[in-house]
Amino acid sequence: MARLTPTRRSSRPGASDTPSVGPHVPDPHPANGADRAAGHVARVRGHHRSFGDVHVLRSIDLDIAPGEFVALLGRSGCGKSTLLRSLAHLDPSPAEEVDVVGRSAVAFQEPRLLPWKTVVDNVALALLNAPERKDRDRLARERLEEVGLGEKLDAWPLQLSGGQAQRVSLARALVPDPSLLLLDEPFSALDALTRIEMHQLVIELWRRRQMAILLVTHDVDEALNLADRVHVMDGGQMARTWEIGLPRSERSPSHPEVAAVREEILHSLGVEPTPPNPNRAPGTPAADAHDRGAA
Amino acid sequence: MSQALAPPTTAGPTPGTPTKSATAAPRRRFTAWRRWLSPVAIVALWQLASSTGVLDERKLASPAQIATAAGELIADGTLGDAVLVSVQRVALGFVLGASFGLLLALVAGLSKIGEEAVDPPMQMLRTLPHFGLIPLFIIWMGIDEAPKVALIALGVAFPLYLNTFAGIRGIDRKVMEAARSMHLTRLQRIRHVVLPGALPNTLVGLRQSLGIAWLSLIVAETIGSDAGLGYMINRARDFLLTDVIVVGLVTYSLLGLATDAIVRYLERRALSWRA
Repeated sequence: MARLTPTRRSSRPGASDTPSVGPHVPDPHPANGADRAAGHVARVRGHHRSFGDVHVLRSIDLDIAPGEFVALLGRSGCGKSTLLRSLAHLDPSPAEEVDVVGRSAVAFQEPRLLPWKTVVDNVALALLNAPERKDRDRLARERLEEVGLGEKLDAWPLQLSGGQAQRVSLARALVPDPSLLLLDEPFSALDALTRIEMHQLVIELWRRRQMAILLVTHDVDEALNLADRVHVMDGGQMARTWEIGLPRSERSPSHPEVAAVREEILHSLGVEPTPPNPNRAPGTPAADAHDRGAA
Repeated sequence: MSQALAPPTTAGPTPGTPTKSATAAPRRRFTAWRRWLSPVAIVALWQLASSTGVLDERKLASPAQIATAAGELIADGTLGDAVLVSVQRVALGFVLGASFGLLLALVAGLSKIGEEAVDPPMQMLRTLPHFGLIPLFIIWMGIDEAPKVALIALGVAFPLYLNTFAGIRGIDRKVMEAARSMHLTRLQRIRHVVLPGALPNTLVGLRQSLGIAWLSLIVAETIGSDAGLGYMINRARDFLLTDVIVVGLVTYSLLGLATDAIVRYLERRALSWRA
């Protein structure tokens, strides 16, 4: 299997410009020659992980196609973060069980920046193995401008707000042009407004850069807003999967399809949905549902 | 001292803007100036006691005598030569001890086997007062330069080892993991995460070890020296030249202050990220 080079920006022209319109299609351009090797960016088969007697992952199967946005939901301890760590090769994961084509990058729940490096140097660090020194700096600046931090290039991480630091962390994950971006609850520590901005930013970046994303989250609404496909994990196993075909612009919580899937997901997570508040004026229950979305 | 007594000629507040800061600045200067009052008073009392004969010249020379002696020792090059010899001893001992301490800290900090091999003996040896080793050093190395340099090196090695090792161990595991997720090699992680992460602790160790280096020098130079500040002081003792002894002591403390200032400068430069 030929590996995708990190610079495969133009290999799938237009593939994600109009994502998720209509029913989900794993690979919208199967005839594209450059895509022959790109049947998946990640393929997990019968992956098993245990710590002592505790089986954290049991026979996990998961495919992620190039450019696909997948969300992984589950309660704490269900194994979703462990699966992400396997995909990032942070934990030992045998090649026959976990195959990642091309390069993976991770944005964690905390920004995890090096406090002794400036913002731009933190981002450039992710390119240490790849390009020339002068290109590293230029690419880092470009990614930081892309996430809206062009003004903070030479700031120290300790001078940033939580949202800004998380943007740097995102730029750092993006700068090597990964084929698979792994997001480990990167928005959960942010305030609600910053979180909405970050959701928009991630969708924007994903459309522009055409990488596959695996988002691990607790937040059902976040998964429903962002992903093409939602997996719910339970007890170290894949419990259920939903394909979200609806265009992202139409995914308001009041949309009947979204509301139905949301209820199903919450049910599979063992949460009974909140009944609508009869005191609310019509038209606003959406906001109410959104507030209580985080499982 | 003369600068402290000099009138603050340029101290007047800038005219035209009688703001709060403009009135606060001279007050700060005034308190800074006041801090010099009691040291100056002590020196004045000391001089008075010497001049009136209350303080025996053979016990302690007067400040004026000490100043004169300092001028003479500087003029005939005695002090310069002595400082050069002593600084060379400290520099050699420091470089040896620091290399040794840092190397061991890296070995212990970067691998589990290294820690198990290096840390237990280091933790045991650090409780040993290193001046207590002087008799053994003299038996092993005679009374030349070797035991002096070895004593300084030994004193320097431990603070640097202990602090750097603790610094490496204290590095945020999550940041290390982020570096791994960026596919950095082990060497790159050491270069960009481990070493800069341990630097604040290493600098603390550096300050401690420089203090110990000067202390070790003073003790080491009492082992049969024929050059250096310690030699100058010992010879002055033989001739009851208390003024020369005090000049030697002041030189020791000025050298210590100078190296401390260098480390503080390094800290400001290297740790500017701690906003």
